[in-house]
Amino acid sequence: MDLEQGKKAVCRVMQLKDKLISLQSVLRVAALLATTAAAVVMGMNKQSYTAVVAIIGTRPVTQTFTTQFKDTPAFVYFVIANAIASGYNLAVLVTRRLLQPRAQSLAVHLLDMVILALLATGSATAASIAELGKNGNLHARWNPVCDKFGSFCNHGVIALVSSFVGVALMLALNLLSAAAKSPHSNVSGQ
Amino acid sequence: MHTQLPINQITKMVKGKSPRRIVAVVLRLAAAAAAAVAAVIMATSHQTIVIFGVEVPAKFRYTPSLVFFVAGNAAVSACTMLVLLVPAAAASLAARLVLMVDVALGMVLAGAVASAGAISDLGKNGNSHAGWMPICHRVPVFCDRVKAALIAGFVTVVLYFLLLIHSILLPSVSMNI
Repeated sequence: MDLEQGKKAVCRVMQLKDKLISLQSVLRVAALLATTAAAVVMGMNKQSYTAVVAIIGTRPVTQTFTTQFKDTPAFVYFVIANAIASGYNLAVLVTRRLLQPRAQSLAVHLLDMVILALLATGSATAASIAELGKNGNLHARWNPVCDKFGSFCNHGVIALVSSFVGVALMLALNLLSAAAKSPHSNVSGQ
Repeated sequence: MHTQLPINQITKMVKGKSPRRIVAVVLRLAAAAAAAVAAVIMATSHQTIVIFGVEVPAKFRYTPSLVFFVAGNAAVSACTMLVLLVPAAAASLAARLVLMVDVALGMVLAGAVASAGAISDLGKNGNSHAGWMPICHRVPVFCDRVKAALIAGFVTVVLYFLLLIHSILLPSVSMNI
């Protein structure tokens, strides 16, 4: 009876481990989609409009104002960070079958944390600049730009939300890895 | 007697433990101290200048990113101290919970430093495409204070990263006290 109970316990642990691995795969695929969407939407963010700036005699003089994501270093970093994160997620998903599950978990866990920090900083930076673009700062005489470039701001907000979803998914992945950490994992000499 | 209690507790905890546990405690204390220093420096940064006879103040409260920086660093410092002073058995559940909380707090810290850095870069260099002029040449004392707070914030992030690596690579001994 004891042997059977022991076998049942081991069986349950193995089922839990399988569920964990499949949950991690699902989360990683979702994070890949979210970060790719964020990078693509912000990377193609561009808007221009033409306005009359002066009237010389009877001829109006027009000028085209363009804004794109490259004008702001924060958005450039945002696109780069999301691109790196999506590339990393793709690489981990592709190489899952080649490495053994135990050897992979520690290196992937550490890299996951680095990529999480990268994504979190990119999203936070872009969010602070976006907030400034929407509300401006009266004390520094910085005027908001979202009233002139509405479509640019809308696309930027979509990219930001997608990136925050990616950050939440990466955080969930990290917490799962931390919670599922076996206390004897460093004995195997990794 | 009451004021001596935490010191006695800490000495009791550290006595007779392996060097790894002492390293974990020291890292945690250093990270909490650095976060507290960053929050305090940013919270005390303000300068008032006179332009055309009008007094123009510059405070950290005027920018939401800097407010988030202060709040985030204060919260991280408090939580780290709390984790240190709560005696937890070397049970795996408590250790894993602390590790999860550490990961989340580290992420918040990185985001706070990043957003404050973005606003500071804007204040120093401006953005010609958006018509935003730099302000640091008008309020140099304020800008220097914010720079010092940012440096302290970076040190906190590095220390937190070291703490996380220590917790992950040496799981059974770093979860202390």
